[in-house]
Amino acid sequence: MADKLTLEVVTPYGSVLKEEVDEVVAPGSEGEFGVLPGHVPFVTTLKIGMLVYKQGGNTGYVFINSGYAEVSDDRVLVLADSAERAEDIDVERAKAAMQRAEERLRQKENVDFARAQAALQRALTRIEVAQKVRQS
Amino acid sequence: MATLRDIKRRINSIKSTAKITRAMKMVAAAKLRRAQERMFALRPYADKISDVLSSLVQPTEQDMHPLLKVRPRKTVEVLILTSDKGLCGAFNTNVIKAGVNLINRLKSEGLEVSVSTIGRKAREYFKRREVPLREAWTGLSGKVTFTSAQEIAQNLMENYINETFDEVYLVYNEFKTVVSQQVTEVRLLPIGTVEHDESKEMKDFLFEPSEEEIFNRLLPKSMEILVFRALLESQASEEAARMTAMENATNNAEDMIDRLTLEFNKARQASITKELMDIVGGAEALKE
Repeated sequence: MADKLTLEVVTPYGSVLKEEVDEVVAPGSEGEFGVLPGHVPFVTTLKIGMLVYKQGGNTGYVFINSGYAEVSDDRVLVLADSAERAEDIDVERAKAAMQRAEERLRQKENVDFARAQAALQRALTRIEVAQKVRQS
Repeated sequence: MATLRDIKRRINSIKSTAKITRAMKMVAAAKLRRAQERMFALRPYADKISDVLSSLVQPTEQDMHPLLKVRPRKTVEVLILTSDKGLCGAFNTNVIKAGVNLINRLKSEGLEVSVSTIGRKAREYFKRREVPLREAWTGLSGKVTFTSAQEIAQNLMENYINETFDEVYLVYNEFKTVVSQQVTEVRLLPIGTVEHDESKEMKDFLFEPSEEEIFNRLLPKSMEILVFRALLESQASEEAARMTAMENATNNAEDMIDRLTLEFNKARQASITKELMDIVGGAEALKE
């Protein structure tokens, strides 16, 4: 059995990541789950969140905007509506999006509440993921 | 015969037209490259999603989801995808012609037809026809996003499930190569059963939350991807068609300039000869 996992993150806008990694932790809709080499075949939906992968001593972070994950044959395939590596996140834009979403949530009337809330959550998660690399 | 100045004026006017068409060709080439890149970027995602789907769905399980279910056909929706802008050769005419053919064929089978359009050109055409125009999306040219594809796909799926129509066809320009675009019609709904790859053994997947749940979310997603893909293909085709059209226009303008320059020179030569004849004639008359 191989002792590495192939992690692949693809979105409609292109492939975001394809790496050999040791461990993956992904935001499943029913809760976070970890994948190590030799995992059983597994399909799940993903919610908005942070995907973490370990590669030797390094740790990488990826923002995931809901999608699917398929685990089979030591391969983790993530199909996300959109995804960005922590390094590529535009924090200013995320902050602006956060403010816009908060503004909309405050108005209470004529607002697609679920949509505004999702937008807010996306922005907050983006900021959180981005900070992971900026701190270290 | 045209005077020298008339010819000169025409040459200048054609020269400036050629300048414009040449610039438009270059813009189209740049846009084509971008559209092509996006098309290629989508490909892995589209392939992977149909992989996942085909490992889930059994070809016989039509009842698993309303989007798979084949109903008796009463009303058929035809969705025609054109551009917002012109000046791209036969790009729009071809799609519209194919769309009209399809509509007539369906009508001759005794079916009700409703039409939806994407792009200004199709809307302009079908606004004044006897078929009802159900929905018209415009303003997508040049800025196709996944969100817009989602919106269109959602609208179609809702109406399909409401039984507004029982089948959906999409007519669009498929991007083959830079020099060839092919008008294609595909059935979007009901979703054709995914070909199951027999050689691939079925694995015992664990599903979370459940197989149905994942399936129910993947199917609409694959539909959205299908629409998104068609939008991107059409976009690339449009720019390719425009590039070719502008290339031809530039060449024609150059040919015309050559011809007019020849005519100009001839006219100039003729006037010089005439003047010389006058002078010689005058000199001869003085001698006598």
